[in-house]
Amino acid sequence: MYVAVKGGEAAINEAHKLLAEERRGDLAVPELSTAQIEEQLSLSVDRVMTEGSLYDRKLAALAIKQARGDLIEAIFLIRAYRTTLPRFGYSAAVDTAKMGIRRRISATFKDIPGGQVLGPTFDYTHRLLDFKLAAEEGDEGETSGSDFAELPDGVAQLDDSMPRVVDLLKHEGLIEEERPGEKPESIGDLTREPMNFPVDRDVRLQNLARGDEGFLLALGYSTQRGYGRSHPFAGEIRLGEVAVEFVPEDLGFPIEIGEVTLSECQMVNQFKGSTEAPPQFTRGYGLSFGHCERKVMAMALVDRALKGRELGEVVDSPAQDEEFVMEHSDNIQASGFVEHLKLPHYVDFQSELELVRKMRRERREADLGEKDPQAVEAAE
Amino acid sequence: MTQSAQKNPAQSEAVEHGHADKIGPDPNYNFAYLDEQTKRMIRRAILKAVAIPGYQVPFASREMPMPYGWGTGGVQVTASILGPDDVLKVIDQGADDTTNAVSIRQFFVRTAAVETTEHTEEASIIQTRHRIPEKPLSEDQILVYQVPIPEPLRFLEPRESETRKMHALGEYGLMHVKLYEDIATHGHIATTYAYPVKVNSHYIMDPSPTPKFDNPKMHRMPALQLFGAGREKRIYAIPPHTAVYSLDFEDHPFEIQQWEQSCELCGAENTFLDEVVTDDRGGRMFVCSDSDHCNRKREAAE
Amino acid sequence: MTQTDRTRAHMSQAGTPASELPLLRVTELAKSYGGLPACRDVSFDLWPGEILAVVGESGSGKTTLLKCISALLSCDTGQIEYLMRDGVMRDIHALSEAERRFLMRTDWGFVHQNPREGLRMRVSAGANIAERMIAVGARNYGKIRGAAENWMDRVELDSARLDHQPNTFSGGMQQRLQIARNLVTHPRLVFMDEPTGGLDVSVQARLLDLLRSLVTKLQLSAVLVTHDLAVARLLSHRIMVMQGGEVVETGLTDQVLDDPQHPYSQMLVSSILPV
Repeated sequence: MYVAVKGGEAAINEAHKLLAEERRGDLAVPELSTAQIEEQLSLSVDRVMTEGSLYDRKLAALAIKQARGDLIEAIFLIRAYRTTLPRFGYSAAVDTAKMGIRRRISATFKDIPGGQVLGPTFDYTHRLLDFKLAAEEGDEGETSGSDFAELPDGVAQLDDSMPRVVDLLKHEGLIEEERPGEKPESIGDLTREPMNFPVDRDVRLQNLARGDEGFLLALGYSTQRGYGRSHPFAGEIRLGEVAVEFVPEDLGFPIEIGEVTLSECQMVNQFKGSTEAPPQFTRGYGLSFGHCERKVMAMALVDRALKGRELGEVVDSPAQDEEFVMEHSDNIQASGFVEHLKLPHYVDFQSELELVRKMRRERREADLGEKDPQAVEAAE
Repeated sequence: MTQSAQKNPAQSEAVEHGHADKIGPDPNYNFAYLDEQTKRMIRRAILKAVAIPGYQVPFASREMPMPYGWGTGGVQVTASILGPDDVLKVIDQGADDTTNAVSIRQFFVRTAAVETTEHTEEASIIQTRHRIPEKPLSEDQILVYQVPIPEPLRFLEPRESETRKMHALGEYGLMHVKLYEDIATHGHIATTYAYPVKVNSHYIMDPSPTPKFDNPKMHRMPALQLFGAGREKRIYAIPPHTAVYSLDFEDHPFEIQQWEQSCELCGAENTFLDEVVTDDRGGRMFVCSDSDHCNRKREAAE
Repeated sequence: MTQTDRTRAHMSQAGTPASELPLLRVTELAKSYGGLPACRDVSFDLWPGEILAVVGESGSGKTTLLKCISALLSCDTGQIEYLMRDGVMRDIHALSEAERRFLMRTDWGFVHQNPREGLRMRVSAGANIAERMIAVGARNYGKIRGAAENWMDRVELDSARLDHQPNTFSGGMQQRLQIARNLVTHPRLVFMDEPTGGLDVSVQARLLDLLRSLVTKLQLSAVLVTHDLAVARLLSHRIMVMQGGEVVETGLTDQVLDDPQHPYSQMLVSSILPV
């Protein structure tokens, strides 16, 4: 006798216990602290903060721990937490020209005012597994000293003035002006209003900033391979700390409320000219929390590709297609919908099953009927 | 909010549904999770949806603590209309005890401490995924549907900017082209679920992936029907007693599924049946998909 | 003789009932792209039952003109008035989008040079023909299918292929299908953009024959854009020669082709073999 499947509730509770066990792993191995994650898996923390749209290193580290290192799951935890936070207002726009620079490179000029600053980068490491890192585990005190760069007072050595490379081009009128959206007085908020296509650039950049790194990387890459080609140059990539200011209503002037680490990329792209305007370079922009260099570069490529409509270019590649890019960039939406296929669909499937059987029956009867009309009656 | 609020629901004390009124809602959250301002925003969208039957109202869908595609739209609608005195029923595929139905019910027990039930007629709000209960609903009830893709024209025209125009101008020919193509290829309209309907002789609407078997129940239903799509950020509605017409051709009228069998548990002959595979030699049986309806019928027989 | 007089003379000659108003009236139309004029100061009347050919080389502005008058492009200045079914002339750019789109799927047809632009490649030939019937309210499958079959015959396509997808058709067949899809709802005005361009010469000839018999039978009015004077000669009553965005000569097709007045028309005519 068939008994309807019961006990969904009990199953869920048991599943959660198993999950907790798996997360902890072998009890003989010391538990990972969120401080360790924050300090030693800092690029994971940066990605979770960026795509989770919440600048909080401690919470990001907690999310990574709880998610067992699954970054999209961690981003999800941060997003769900973020929605419940009260909103006091919007900060003043940060000024990345006043960034406390830790890294700053330009591929368009050999030297620039303020100089090139290589900073912490994997770029010129040889990708050879460093077995010392495995060997040194457990006796940490040893890894200080000569391996670390001796910064002769680090930041103090750098020029105070680090003008943005694109601003240098702008002085000469060589690069397009950044056009404010149609309503500069009211900047959109993707988390508070549904997107309505076509969207202005404010919402577009918000969407890309929290968009999935892998998705943007693939799209940016596709523009380089000819799908919406825009001849990019990395005008400037910078990493550092920027002050965040807020204007409390009762004060009426900005006060500094803290500092965030940002990565910024300004792409300089193929020039455009028309009968009205002389040729100018165009640009794409990328920005993230923390150090997410690959992300900001990809974002800048996609931002530039999405300007196709405004610039009157032929829009025929995926990266140029605003609805396509923006509707599919969010990994929380994407993973939710892909994974919802795990939910039961037996009602829909039953409906299809019934139809397919019916159609097959009809086909069989029709085939029989052609051969021998009497066989149909016999078959029935 | 404290960090304890981030604890997994299952790790807090188990809440047995049906007796939740003895325990208060989780003090770390606002009643029914969403803050009041968000609820007001959603209620405004609902009012607009009720005023324009079948029209998809964009709303600022929030990120919920369950994944997109798992009922976030329905959950937000329910959270916005739920009061402390409501009695909630949650079904998925017609059944109260499927995992996701259990999970959503637990969510509201925890955050709103409302009374829950499996009995269709006792519920004031029924949140559903993919089915309409077999028992006719009344004017005192609200049916909340979870919707994955609200746009009935989406698979014919992927662009939102274009489909919006098609709705605005009532350019629905393409939908019948799809039905034409079905008949030309298969001899029937081969759409079995998410079967498109015209609401109040105006907007074409996707009834969510309910089987077409349930479409006639939508027509002039006394209960208010609300549809929430969280990921796609749309809410739409069918007010009580509204005409809902399933698209068809004059010479290929709309028909619902029929089974040769009756339910092998309760004997019902006019319900939607699930096929259950009982062994690996082709053995199968058919049982009601509406678990409450089936249980009650069997109880009555005993 | 003014242009209008010549047209009227032609109309009565063709035996079409003369009307007080033209079907389409274009007045001083201009359109430029980023400061570059694509067409300017174009004016003409199109009378019911008349086929007007717009000829010129590529870049002469003829395709821009066609797109402006068929409301696919907005124009910078000028008026495009259309005689609605209620007998009133209305500026098509002043119509609401709903009215314009309704016009496009009922009263008007558009035959693209590339049939893929005018067809739905993912649905069957029958569904392609059915779409416009459905758009104007047909809801009987049997009747829709019957009409689709009938139109397959009329454009000389094998009606056994009604359920096949257009991408299994040759270029010439796709063009026939596009024509059937447009004509099924009996539009009053058809825009054609190089309808025989891109086809083999032998296929072209058959398609032209078909088009000629259809426009005569259905008493269609049409604006036909072509670079091929042979096509204009075969199909059109009147011809408009464009060069550099401007109309350089207008007249009855036979007159212009046999006795071109403008040097550019003379050059065009002399550069083709007589039909």
